[in-house]
This record gives sequence, structure tokens and C-alpha cells, in this order.
Amino acid sequence: MAKLNVNGKVREYKADPGTPLLWVLREQLGLTGTKYGCGVALCGACTVHINGVPTRSCVVPAASVKASAKVVTIEGLSPNGSHPVQKAWDKLDVPQCGFCQSGMIMAAAALLKAKPNPTDADINEAMTNICRCGTYNRVRAAIKVVAGGGDTKSAGLSIQHADGSLT
Amino acid sequence: MSATISRRQFLAGSAAAAGSLVIGFHIPFARDAAAQGMPAAPATPEVNAWVVVRPDDTVVIRIARSEMGQGTLTGLAQMVAEELECNWAKVTTEYPTPGQNLARNRVWGNFSTGGSRGIRESQEYVRKGGATARMMLVQAAADEWKVPVAECTAANSVITHTPTSRTTTYGKVAAAASKLTPPTAVTLKDPKDWKLVGKRMARLDTVDKTTGKQIYGMDLKLPGMLNAAIKRCPVFGGTLKSVDEAAVMKRPGVKKVVRVGNDAVAVVADTWWRAKTALDALPIVWDNGPNANASSAAFAEVLKAGLDATDAVVGNKVGDAAAAIAASAKKVEAVYSYPHQNHATMETMNATARWTPERCEVWTPTQNGEAAHAAAAEAAGLPPAQCEVYKLLLGGGFGRRGAVHDWVRQAVAIAKEMPGTPVKLIWSREEDMLHGSYHPVTQCKLTAGLDAQGNVTGFQMRISGQSILAGVAPQAIKDGKDPVVFQGLNPPGPEASLGYAFPALLVDHAMRNPSTPPGFWRGVNLNQNSIYLECFIDELAHAAGQDPLAFRRKLLANSPKHLAVLNAAAEKAGWGTPTAPGVFRGLCVTMGFGSYVAACAEVSVSNDGVLKVHRIVAATDPGYAVNPQQIEAQVEGSFVYGLSAALYGECTVKDGRMEQDNFHTYVPLRMNEMPAVETVIVASGGFWGGVGEPTIAVAAPAVLNAIFAATGKRIRDLPLKNHSLKKA
Repeated sequence: MAKLNVNGKVREYKADPGTPLLWVLREQLGLTGTKYGCGVALCGACTVHINGVPTRSCVVPAASVKASAKVVTIEGLSPNGSHPVQKAWDKLDVPQCGFCQSGMIMAAAALLKAKPNPTDADINEAMTNICRCGTYNRVRAAIKVVAGGGDTKSAGLSIQHADGSLT
Repeated sequence: MSATISRRQFLAGSAAAAGSLVIGFHIPFARDAAAQGMPAAPATPEVNAWVVVRPDDTVVIRIARSEMGQGTLTGLAQMVAEELECNWAKVTTEYPTPGQNLARNRVWGNFSTGGSRGIRESQEYVRKGGATARMMLVQAAADEWKVPVAECTAANSVITHTPTSRTTTYGKVAAAASKLTPPTAVTLKDPKDWKLVGKRMARLDTVDKTTGKQIYGMDLKLPGMLNAAIKRCPVFGGTLKSVDEAAVMKRPGVKKVVRVGNDAVAVVADTWWRAKTALDALPIVWDNGPNANASSAAFAEVLKAGLDATDAVVGNKVGDAAAAIAASAKKVEAVYSYPHQNHATMETMNATARWTPERCEVWTPTQNGEAAHAAAAEAAGLPPAQCEVYKLLLGGGFGRRGAVHDWVRQAVAIAKEMPGTPVKLIWSREEDMLHGSYHPVTQCKLTAGLDAQGNVTGFQMRISGQSILAGVAPQAIKDGKDPVVFQGLNPPGPEASLGYAFPALLVDHAMRNPSTPPGFWRGVNLNQNSIYLECFIDELAHAAGQDPLAFRRKLLANSPKHLAVLNAAAEKAGWGTPTAPGVFRGLCVTMGFGSYVAACAEVSVSNDGVLKVHRIVAATDPGYAVNPQQIEAQVEGSFVYGLSAALYGECTVKDGRMEQDNFHTYVPLRMNEMPAVETVIVASGGFWGGVGEPTIAVAAPAVLNAIFAATGKRIRDLPLKNHSLKKA
């Protein structure tokens, strides 16, 4: 059995040689939060972290990922959706259909870890994920909210939440 | 009744009660939820078809339309909750199934989610659903207290008997309410009294989209499920000649090679990756059929000939345009064209099907559960009552998942070969690109006359090209006319009307259909019609030596709603005031999907031809604005979709097949190219318009007109990537 360290746990799996990490995550390990979008590393829907580096898992053979490497998927970014990027995404209603958003969030989390105060150019360079619904401007706003310390009101969207709060 | 009611009992019970609202009859949603791998809800009788209130005061609002990112789930829930007077913090939603809708005499109405119709076409009956449920809940409380119902009020899921200040909650009286006869006289609130509709409410479906928990069709897992990958003959209209099954049957995990219909082959395996790689290794011989030599270049010649053909069908006519133009001081003419485009939803087409000789079930992301149900039943060879479709959240729709359910038919055909085993069919991105239902391809010749003062004397538009209805619903074509072709160009009225008052006008269509299957592509025909009209109007303003805004205002004098959004966009953008150096503005206004929209784009073009869209101000009048923050999200998204199309969107046919098969050749806009978008909502009230689509249509024309202002270049065919904007 091959091994992967995913979301802090060592997981055993069986897959044919050459099977991309994406499909091992989705089909062997049941982690379907990571999405298939293009299969050729163009869209970013399959972005995960490998040792903290945002990586398009659809073109990485699972066998090439050492058991010592730390793989983090959207399910492991935080135990309960409490990562600052997830919180900002939630409070600003960033997702539309949501299918690309796991990849967007993983890319944004890696960017903010590397550059806590990214410029627009930094964001453009790091966030090359494709979104067909068109969430780009809210993605940018949410990244800036996180960089600014999490003040969701700074985005100026004025969204009313069910608990009565306003962001 | 308990949640363990059998489906047979449910269907029998519903059939007996067909034709009336079935109050108090529990539908086995819980069972369906469990089948979808979701937590089962406790059994609670519904108050009516739209509303279930659980003993803990949780309110379940049933949503018939499909959520695909556009926010309709939240908007429709707001409409029901507004009239229900319930506690918004305790609202959840669920989809009724198409099978239940059929069994209950379509109690939830139309499931179709396209044409920006989700809210505008169901707003009245969903609000009545909420109001009816509220009246029944209040009645139940009054009955329990033995007081006149007129002495009771409801707010926030609490019912109060005003004279005694006694209170109870919806959850406590829901069971009693469910047994009451629903009232027939229902009065809806005056819009000025709305507390929830019109507010910037957060979406109900966001959290799970940020944690990876949200299950899309592609993510479904059922016990014992197998996976399938498919290839259909890449040439449209071609068929499968032969396939060497034995070549892949010994590969690990491969269970079966299935011929699907006469034009496709699928490999079924334990995992999708194994199915896909086996399919890639499978020797397949296609018969390319009659379209083997089809090409976009050849079809463009057919379209060109259609521009002057005599077999055109009239869509809008005022006076004698040809005579008026002939008698004019100046004549202006131009030919525009618009290419095929793929919807390219981020989640490729997929469906999971389980077939037995008695029953067929399908789990799929669809914009139209009822159409998916009909397609499943047909492919299953079973009566609809023995079939069911469970809708899953869509990873994008944009029209691809509405009219044609080719992937559902395929999934059922595959499952039929493996009775009792659920099979999940997922299209590869390549399959999705090669077998879309494409934006129709058209050309347009525009001719206009100007008098000596620069007034338009006559205006002619000849559209030549593809009809969507001819491809997806030929029965809807009457006397050779596809009315959808004329979106945005119709006579004055509530849908897609032309705002400009031309003294003489002729808009007609010469239908020319290529071998490429067409489909409703977000924005539909309003997209190219707005480019044709709005760029040519800009050409006329230029020919008349007039300001493009002033020129439009004059022609819109009798179209106040068109004019209002145009003015709103122009004023907010600062039309007529100086821009930053090198930045130029362009305008567009149109009407479609029941709403009025306009945009002002600000662009610059560098000396070496690099376009930058800096800012777009967009105005929209959907009548009533149900959730302004989601309207803003839709308007922003519309520019991503519309600008992707304008800059890069093109699918071309060569040797009978599409040339673009992934995102390297079909390039969507990315974040670095996204302009700032400022949305102005001009909700003038009194009508209900759509939001998800109309703004797509103003993206390209506003930018193209700004490009002309910047460079003097008129781009008359898209996408822009095929043109050099380099300064001469």
C-alpha cells in the first residue's frame, strides 16, 4: 500500500502507476472537495497544498508525492471552516456556483501565507484559477479583507446575515 | 405518516389526490435525502407544498428552480419567507423532485431554470405559497385558543393573540395547520411593506462551498457505484463504426465497454480515472458521416449569402425602411458576425444512474429537473412514474444544463447495461468541449439612412444564421420563425424590446443552420444582437458627427426605462467629463429577459495594441430588486462571462469537429484582466425582470465602442484575440 500524509493523517491507498493525486484524493480517500476541472493544470479547481505550496493536483502523480510530504486539501485547511480565508469567503458571499472555490481558497491561503499584504499585482500573479460564474472581484475583496486583519465591513458590500450581523 | 413510507405508497396516495393540493401528506424527502448521502430530516408534515415547519421552528422552504450560482435559491426563499413571516435565521431549503412534481399534478410549477426566469416567473405563486402557509399557521393557533383569527398576528415565526398577548410558535401549530383546508383568498403584501425582499441578505448556500463539503453531481458516491467515461464521435452527426473491447477488458478495474446509442462508447470501471485511461487506450473507429468536411470557414460563406437572400422572416417592421434609406442624404452599412462558444461550466457534464426493469433513478446537476426526468424516462424505456431524478447542485449551468440532457440519456443507457448497479458518468473536459450545445453562429448586415441633420431615416437589420429552437425545440418554430432570434429587437413590449424609435425599420432573419448543435448560452441571442445594434448605433453617431450618448438619448425619447438605465450608467461613469490620459469610454444599452440594462466601459489600448478594461459602470432595472448584493454579484459575473466571450470566446469547426478542446484553446478571462465593476440598481418597480443574463449583452458592445473611441478601429467580428489593436 502506498502512503500519503493528507490533512495531518497518514492515509494508505492503492492506485495504478501514474494516477494523479487529484483522483487518489477524490476516489481513494473520499476527499471530493478538490475538484476536477480540466485535467491539465489550466483551471486550478484541483489546487491543494503540498508542503505549503499551492499545487494543481490533476497533473501530479500521487506516487511522486512522498509520504513525508504534507498534503492539505480544502477539507484540512481548518477543522471547521475557521481559516481566515474561509471566514472572509463566507462573510462576503464570494462563491456563486462554488465549484472552483476550493481551488480559489487554497490558492488564496497560500498567497496570504507567503505575502500577508499582497498587492493587486501579487494577487493577479497568484490567482490564476478560472471562475466561469465571475467571482473575481469578490475573491480580490476577500483576500484584501484577510490581509487587512479580517474586517469584513471594509469590503463595503453591506451583506446582512441570518444572525443579524452585517458585513 | 412516517418517513419510511414506501415510494409505491407515496405514488398511490398522490395519484388518488391528484388535482388538489395535498395537505398533510408527508412526502418522503427524508428518504431521498438519505439516498443522496445527506442527513435525513425528521418526519414532519408539510404546511403546504412550499413550507414545512419542524417542531423546533426550523422552516424548510421548497425550491423548484435549480441553484447554479445565480442565487435563486436564496432569492426565492426570501420571497416565501417574506409572506410567511418566519424567522429567517431558521430557514433552510430543499428541492422537491421532478417525480414528486409529476405525481402531485405539478404543484411546484415549472422547474426550468433558464432565461433568467427563476424569480420573475414564479414570484407570485411562491409568495402565495408563503402567505397561504402563514394564514394556515395563524388559523391553527386561533383554533387552538378558540379566538377569532383576526385577533392574531404573526411575525418572526411567532403568533400572538393581541388581546391577551398569548403567543405560540409556528413549530407548535404546524401539525394542526397541515390538516386545515388552505384559504383561497390570499392577499400579498404591498412591496412597500417588504422586510426581507429587497434586502442585501447573505446567501443560504455559502458555508459548504468554502469547506469542500458541498456535494456536486461529480462528487456523488452511492454504495456499489461504478464510474464511466465516454467518447462520442467527435464529428457532429457521425456514428460508431467499431470498437475493440478486448483491448481494454483486462485492464485493472475495467468492468464493461458499452456502446451508447449509435454514436458513443463508454468504459465502465471501478474508478473514473481507470475508466478514462482505459477509454483513451480503446481502439475506436468512427464513421464520420455526412458532416466530415464541415468547417466554420465554409459555413461563414453560407451565412454571408444569407445576408442578401430573399427567404427571410420578419421580426420587427415599421414603414418601408428600404425606401426611407434609399431616399436619405447618407447611407451607412456594415456587416458583423458572432462565433460559436461553449458554455464551459467548471463542472463538466455528469450524471449517476441506477436502472432496473422496474425503476430508473438519476442523480444529476440540471437546470430543468422535469426535462431531465423526461429524458431519463425515455432513455430508460419506463413510464415517468417509475423514474425519478434527484437534482444536485450545479457546478455552473449557463444554459448548458437546461434544454438538452444528452448526458442524462447516456448515463441511463450505460446503467441499463448493468441493471441494479449505480453508474456515475463524468465527461472529461475534452468531451465537454467537443460536445457542447454551442452559442449560435450568425452574421448581420445593418443598413441605415441619415438625413442632413444626422437623424436616422430608416434602419435595416438582416440576421443570417443559426436558430437555437431549430436545434433544440423545432416544434416551437411556427411559419419558419424562431422568435428567440430577435431578442432585444422586438416591438415595444415587456420582453426584449428594441428601445430605439426608428421612423422606418426592418429586422428579419434568414435561417441557416450548420451541423453544430446550438443551445441557449447565457444571454442567448441578446448577446450578438446587442453587439450588432449597439456598435452600429455608435457607427451612426460617428457618421452623424454626434455624441454617442446624445445620439442614443434622442432615439430613446419614447423608451423611458431604456433611457433611465443608459443615463444612470453614463452619469455614474462621468460621461462627458475628462478621463485619465489614454482612457476612453464606450456605451451600450439593451433590454432582455424582462430587464433594462446599460453599461459604460472605460478602456485603454497601448501603442502595441494591448487592451486594458479599467472600469465598467453597469446599470440595471429589473423592476423589483429582490437581493441587491446578489444582483451585484450577477452583474459582476456577467462581465466575466461577457468579456471572456468578447476577448477570447470562439469555437471553430474544422473537418466536422470542434477545434477547441480545453482551456488552452478556449480561454476564459482570469483575475488579472477583470475590471472594476460598479453596479447601479435602478429598481423602478411595477414589473419583474431577470438578472442573471441581460448584463452579459452589454459587456462586449460597451468595450468595442470604447476601443473605437481609443483607436478608431471598428471591430465587427469577435473574439478580439483575432484582431490587432496596434496603432497604425
